[in-house]
Amino acid sequence: MKKLLLTTSLALLALTGAAQAEGKLSIYHWFEYIPQELLDKFAKEYDVEVTMDTYDSNEALLAALKAGKLGSYDVAVPGDYMVKILNNEGMLDTFEPSDLSNFGSIQDQWVDVSFDPGRKSSIPYQWGSTSFSVNRDVYKGPIDSLSVIFDPPEELKGKINVLDTAGETLTLASLYLGIPQCTSDRDQLKALNKLVIDAKKDWASFGSDVAKDVLVSGDAAAGMIWSGFSAKARSEGANIEYAFPKEGYIVWMDNVVLLKDAPNRENALKFMNFLLEPENAAAVTNYAQYTSGVKGVDPFLDPAVKNSPESNPPEGPKGVFVEACPQETQVLYDAIWTNLKK
Amino acid sequence: MAAGAPMGEGSASNIYRGNSLKLMLPAWAMIGVFLLAPVAMMAIYSFLTKEFRGGVIWQFSTAAYDQFFFNRGLFGDEPPTIEWTYIGIFWRSIWQAGVATIACLLIGFPTAWFIATRDAKTRSVWLFLVTVPYWVNLLIRTVSMKFLIRDTGPLNEFLLWSGTISEPLGLINTNFAVQLGLFYSYLPFMVLPIYAAVERYDFALSEAAADLYAGVWTTLRLVILPEVKPGIVAGCILVFVPSLGAFLAPDLLGGAKTFMIGSLIEEQFKGAAGNWPFGAAASTILLTIVMAVLLVYARNQNRGA
Repeated sequence: MKKLLLTTSLALLALTGAAQAEGKLSIYHWFEYIPQELLDKFAKEYDVEVTMDTYDSNEALLAALKAGKLGSYDVAVPGDYMVKILNNEGMLDTFEPSDLSNFGSIQDQWVDVSFDPGRKSSIPYQWGSTSFSVNRDVYKGPIDSLSVIFDPPEELKGKINVLDTAGETLTLASLYLGIPQCTSDRDQLKALNKLVIDAKKDWASFGSDVAKDVLVSGDAAAGMIWSGFSAKARSEGANIEYAFPKEGYIVWMDNVVLLKDAPNRENALKFMNFLLEPENAAAVTNYAQYTSGVKGVDPFLDPAVKNSPESNPPEGPKGVFVEACPQETQVLYDAIWTNLKK
Repeated sequence: MAAGAPMGEGSASNIYRGNSLKLMLPAWAMIGVFLLAPVAMMAIYSFLTKEFRGGVIWQFSTAAYDQFFFNRGLFGDEPPTIEWTYIGIFWRSIWQAGVATIACLLIGFPTAWFIATRDAKTRSVWLFLVTVPYWVNLLIRTVSMKFLIRDTGPLNEFLLWSGTISEPLGLINTNFAVQLGLFYSYLPFMVLPIYAAVERYDFALSEAAADLYAGVWTTLRLVILPEVKPGIVAGCILVFVPSLGAFLAPDLLGGAKTFMIGSLIEEQFKGAAGNWPFGAAASTILLTIVMAVLLVYARNQNRGA
């Protein structure tokens, strides 16, 4: 009797396991970056059970994959430089353009990108910028320079939040100083070190996932922030203005990648194809308030999002991608960051 | 502490004799799999070579400990001096956790005393009330504390409205906010063990002390404290140790401006650094410090007994 029970339950277990595995998709995504309705729509259209875990930085994604999560997720959404790193680490699988019927919908300038030439493992998700926003009730002066963050005016001292990621914060600091990224020049690095240490006494807090919240609540009067996050803060009632500083700002593109050893490769490709449909890409943009890299989304866009100042950079200031530094220089930037927070 | 019925002696044990090893197996398996193996792995990883952007190369190295204790300048070519960065981070964490522990003791002891001296029926209600907030996730409680004390939060709004202050107190993003957060997070861990000790306390001893003309303070110092000391020590350990590794309160209430032990270690695994051996080394050093403190305590306890 006991044996019979055991075999039946094992058989049942195997059956249910198999039945579920056929219709599953496991997503590893940024927090607050895809509307639940869109996931539901995909689940319904393709009869797939969708599960999603979230992370809060590109580095956290890499760490999780390295620590053994590779093989449990089908797709992830790394930023530009992280696509390259994941690829170098051998964590990405490839597909053929013919695997995605909507491959042609990718905007031309986003097909042959430096971090994944010819789009062999990734498709564009959203792109945007990283700069800073200022509460206009508190500070009415000019915000055309990164000095607002790194050498702040009196009104903003002690009321600034900076992103809690070395990559973005130190890149903006480098832009302010006009030094190249990933430099190994000693004087330049010393200047960078001094700049951030001197500026820190005027900063109230470090935080990435709270970057929007602190501006809405008034805990901070200025803060480094991602463009869409700033637009959201504005729509939540903060009287803030997003800056495109003359020294330059960070541009980035997040991409849906096909992970190596994806348990549900077919569904992953269906999902990527689904996200390339203009209507669905627009749904993400309307939610996250960044810009999609897909053709033909305009008719589906919320006008407020389409015309938001955050998504329409003025002529002049230049956006740059964050570079992935080689090991010898990365350790120097890490040392500066630890030194800053010791 | 609890001197219960002497187990392992008398008739009951005969049934188990010969099977005792087998019966211990689940306990040993639990300790081995969930305690010893992870700690051993951590110790091993701290002596491996770091791989760029996270991960390790299986090659012996003491680089992680070298980085912790010696400073060779930003570019690594200066003669080594003592590295104060990480010692400073550890010291700050110990200080914060210590302040939180003392605050918990100062509030927790009277609270536990108050509860233990109620009659049996209301006691359980009080205990229940102490634990209610802790059904909520720690993250939520820490964020709530942030909402309460922020410059635009209810506390400041009320004080401003009532005219007690003319400017917000500026509590958020300070060391005080971190201590407050730790204190609030771990208070019940102080109250409950002390309560258990006070509940066992024989109040006839206080009466005897009073009969012998001991004042309130003398009674507390010479009679009560020695009796409830095990509860106090247990409470202090239960508050101090988790406070030491906390990173939610420093991040959310302290503004993440300075590393605490917890956030320093987190950064090694989740940050751009990706230096796993160093994270493991910092964890091992932390574990060693905590173990040393507990061992000293245990030895003193034995000597006292």
